[in-house]
This record gives sequence, structure tokens and C-alpha cells, in this order.
Amino acid sequence: MAEPVKLIGCFGSPFVHRVEVALRLKGVPYELIEEDLNNKSDLLLKHNPFHQKVPVLLHGDRPAVCESLIIIEYIDEAFSGPSLLPSDPYERAMARFWAAFMYKCKDSMWIALWTDGEVQAASAREMKANLTLIERQLPEGKKFFGGDTIGFLDIAVGGIAHWMGVFEEIAGVHLLIEEEHPALCRWAREYILDETVGQCLPDRDRVVAALTPRKELYVSIAKAMAAQK
Amino acid sequence: MAGEKNVGLVLLDFWVSPFGQRCRIALAEKGLPYEYVEENIMAVKSDRLLRSNPVYKHIPVLLHDGRTITESLIILQHLDQVFPDTRPLLPADPYERAHARFWADYVDKKVYGSGSKMYTEPQMQTNIEMVDILKTLERELGEKEFFGGEHGFGFVDVALIPFTAWFESFDRYSFKKKSFDRYWGVKVAEVAPKLVSWAARCQERESVSNSLYSPEKVYDFAGMMRKDFGIE
Repeated sequence: MAEPVKLIGCFGSPFVHRVEVALRLKGVPYELIEEDLNNKSDLLLKHNPFHQKVPVLLHGDRPAVCESLIIIEYIDEAFSGPSLLPSDPYERAMARFWAAFMYKCKDSMWIALWTDGEVQAASAREMKANLTLIERQLPEGKKFFGGDTIGFLDIAVGGIAHWMGVFEEIAGVHLLIEEEHPALCRWAREYILDETVGQCLPDRDRVVAALTPRKELYVSIAKAMAAQK
Repeated sequence: MAGEKNVGLVLLDFWVSPFGQRCRIALAEKGLPYEYVEENIMAVKSDRLLRSNPVYKHIPVLLHDGRTITESLIILQHLDQVFPDTRPLLPADPYERAHARFWADYVDKKVYGSGSKMYTEPQMQTNIEMVDILKTLERELGEKEFFGGEHGFGFVDVALIPFTAWFESFDRYSFKKKSFDRYWGVKVAEVAPKLVSWAARCQERESVSNSLYSPEKVYDFAGMMRKDFGIE
């Protein structure tokens, strides 16, 4: 009898989405527990006291696994099914490198979305340069970073496919542009159309509605990031 | 090194970098020979470094069989995978691996994240944060000899130990009491005594003592960086 898998998440989070895609690609059934991040539950605080964030994975009686990319590697190693990470060691290192790069990009992306003037323009240039670097990792003639099927790097970058459009709409800024990043835009469309992804992709309009009230918070975070640079 | 199989490893590094030190410690623990190349990153970066790491232009960079691997924790995992007959840094069990990766990531995000502010903040704004971080690490270590637990010195130990030269108690080295406490405003021995003992145990390993520099040298380096940033 398989041990139960529970995923503590919240509606509209691209990080929770990453884990759902991974679980579904591996064919692992799970129970999704939705958190209200404005009112964090004892369950979340108990299992992720260090960062107090979602997603958090609970597998049987084991202590929680936290941090989305770490959770995905855990899922890949703990469950059978198609491999999410490449088997070649060098390709694996590259997938990890570019997945980690997404984390380093987040500041310039956030500042480009939520500030204005020269600060915004400079960050937008930086962000677009980062998108170009990621775009170059798409293998020639293949739909996904993982090749013919979705892999670890597709999942790591996947937030861009859906949430970039959401944030652009809320912010009133257009950053991922077809003419500037045609391959990445094509990849984004393929990603969204994938059947497994579609099963756990939150409705775009609902996400816009849920995240729009947070715009002021996003702006203040972006300003703090810009001040630190 | 006579009689050692050339496994074709080159490490581009900078003497005081804790990220570079992680790689040096890992290679030593695994008994892997390699060519060490000191990159003077404070001056003009070499063409080789810029070619090998065009995205971040920083060390450490591992060159292996014509390929480049960057980012210290990725390098460590790569070594485990490519040299499976050497001492592993990560355990075999998937949960234990996830646990180790989480804590190494915590070191990157929190210890480095908070600690690197010492270059740019004249006052000790970060000391409260750092106390919390050290106490958290202390709790995670608990009564274990090493963070690797029953597997001994491992991934998290390698990830954290280089940072201890930046806060280690001066008692061991009998320097004058001109210490990091002034920078970090944190008396590590009071806040996290188990961590101090752990650091001393790690220093008994040749891989560590050969790779780390004394707190005094690190202190001088930090002082120089603060001057460069116009803090003093």
C-alpha cells in the first residue's frame, strides 16, 4: 500500500504548480491542502518553520520536504516513473544550473514589473537579457527544455509560461514579447497546452483576480529590492 | 602526484572564497586529484574564467573533460554522480538527500545572504538575523557529531564549514581580541556553542584544515572589502 502524499499549497502559486506538475508526471496521487497565506495554519508553521512558505510535501510519516526545486528532486528520486532530471551527469548539472538561475532572475523581473522610470527600464533590459539566456537552452527542434517531453527545467521555468502573462496584466507592462523571444514564447504555448500541465494550471482569470489585490505589496517589495541593488 | 590517475579535473578558484573551499574540501574528501588555478577575481578576470562562466563570471568553476560545471553545490553533486566509487557527500536515501539539500540551500540563502551584508552595512543591522540563523543551525545539528548524522561528515558540513572562518571563536588561535564580533555583533560561542565545537571537529579533518584560511587572514580580507565598499 503506497504511503499517502499530501501537498500543502495555495491557490495561484507558481511554486505549488511546479510540484503538482512533477507529481502528476510521475503518476503519484496526492491530496492538495490549500493554505490561506494571510492566515497560516499550524500545519504549515509546524512543517516549514524556517521559511513558512508553500509548497510543502508530506510523504507518509516522513518530516516535510520544503522548497519547490528540492521537492521535485525528491519526487524524482523517491518515486518510479519517467525521470524528470536528465540521466547524463553533465546535462543534469546544466538543468540544475538553469533552474537555480530562475531564482537569481526574480529580482530584476520583479523590479521590471512593479517600478517605473529608469530603474524599471534598466531592470527590464536585464530581465530580457536573462530571458535570452534561458531561451538559448531550448534544444534545437524540440518542444521542451527536456526534449520531447517536459522535464525538470521546463517545470522550473514553467512559471513564466503562465504567470508572466498574469503579472503583466496586473502591472500593465509587456515584458515577454514574441518578436524579442520567439522560441521562448513558442515553448510557453507548448507548455500550457501540455495535458499534464493543464490538469493543475489554475484558471488565468481567477489568478489575476486573486493576485490583483496584492499589487501594492508587490510594488513595495520591488522598491525594496531596487533600493538594495 | 605520482601514480594517481589523471581524472582531468581543473578547479578555477579564489583563495578565500567559501564556495571555492567547498569544492576543495569535497575533492579532498573524495581523494580526487585536480589542478588548482587561482583566479585573481579582485583584478581583471581571465579569459578562461569569462569563457567558462559567462553567465556569472565568478568562481568556483570545475572543468572536467572539456565541460564546465559551476555553482558549488551543483559541483558537489556532480562529483558524487561522476565518481561513484569515492566517498559520497550525499546519502543514498531520497528523503535524507532532500533534507541535506534543504540545509545546504539554507546556508546559501541565509548564512551567505545575511553574512555578506557585512561588506555593505556600517552598523550591525544583520546581527539579529544572524543570531536567529546560527540558533537554527545549532538546533538542526543537535547532538550529532556532524550534520551528516550517521553518514558522518557530508554535504551540509561541507556547505557550512567554510563560513565558520568568518565567525569562528578566536580562542583556538589565540589572537588579540580584535574579532568579528565587532562586525557581526554576535558572540558565536554564546549563541551557538555546539556549532563552535562542530567547527573544531571539522577542522581536525585534513580536507578542511588544508582548504580553509585562518580567521585573521579572512578578517584582513573582509576589512579590505569594507574599505573598498567605503564602509571604513
